[in-house]
Amino acid sequence: MFEVSLGHYLTLGAIIFTIGVIGIFLNRKNVIVILMSIELILLAVNINLVSFSIFLQDLSGQIFTLFILTVAAAEAAIGLAIIVVYYRNSGTIRVEEIENLKG
Amino acid sequence: MLAHAIFFYFFSFVAIISAIMVTASKNTVHSVFFLILDFISISCLFIMIGAEFLGMIMLIVYVGAVAVLFLFVVMMLNVAQQKNQWFKSSDTSTHIPIGLIVSLIIFFELIIVIGGWKYKPDIIKNFSDSLISNSTNTHTIGSVLYTEYIHLFQISGMILLVAMIGAIVLTFRKREGVKRQNYFSQVSREKNQGVELVEVKSNEGVKIDV
Repeated sequence: MFEVSLGHYLTLGAIIFTIGVIGIFLNRKNVIVILMSIELILLAVNINLVSFSIFLQDLSGQIFTLFILTVAAAEAAIGLAIIVVYYRNSGTIRVEEIENLKG
Repeated sequence: MLAHAIFFYFFSFVAIISAIMVTASKNTVHSVFFLILDFISISCLFIMIGAEFLGMIMLIVYVGAVAVLFLFVVMMLNVAQQKNQWFKSSDTSTHIPIGLIVSLIIFFELIIVIGGWKYKPDIIKNFSDSLISNSTNTHTIGSVLYTEYIHLFQISGMILLVAMIGAIVLTFRKREGVKRQNYFSQVSREKNQGVELVEVKSNEGVKIDV
């Protein structure tokens, strides 16, 4: 219980990953919250990589976390730009009213 | 060790609660603030287990750039005060039980994988060559990142460049009736169009015709 092991960190990553997936599915508000849920999922992946890297004494996990951080920043910038353009064109970004694709 | 456990449980509790509040809070601005709190507590966890460089980079990149970008877009689009209609949406929606089932299945699969995990006892010995002791975390990451992973590092720089250009191109808008600089006509202007040399006779002055 008081010995924090690798399993604790992996469980924390699993919980945050699941919360991110739930946030994508149950979202009724706007698309920005979906983007934030994607950030949560990437954060959970980062937790897994860093904890493996520390507990196995291997540095590659931290390097890959750095690259994931880069890609997450780029993805947030592009996604927010797309959202701004969509809002400018259609006037709303509510999830229920985005139905141009009829999906 | 007890202090380590106490800090771990505290920060992970804060992280989980704020992750729930990101998806559940009614105001989108509050969601962004809870996202910032989540990043801060996770980076405290990183610093605590010995990945100081990544913890600090998380603070700078996520809290300093990404979350502020989110906040900026939320406030610019004026979508903050939209009502949250989680469990009282229209009757035809079947996504709530499906979403819950899918995410719970994912969660239990992850827990099963983690719980059944066993290491070979000598696995850490096999891995531990690459971690240079007697130097800081930042020093070690730098000595690996700029030698073995230099190509990936430069490609990630290219990704950032493409993202920057893409964001600019997507949000660029040409308005009608706005006077803009025409760089081509500015640069291609020549000397004899702008300057005229006039022979000035004394006591007569110059007549300038435009």
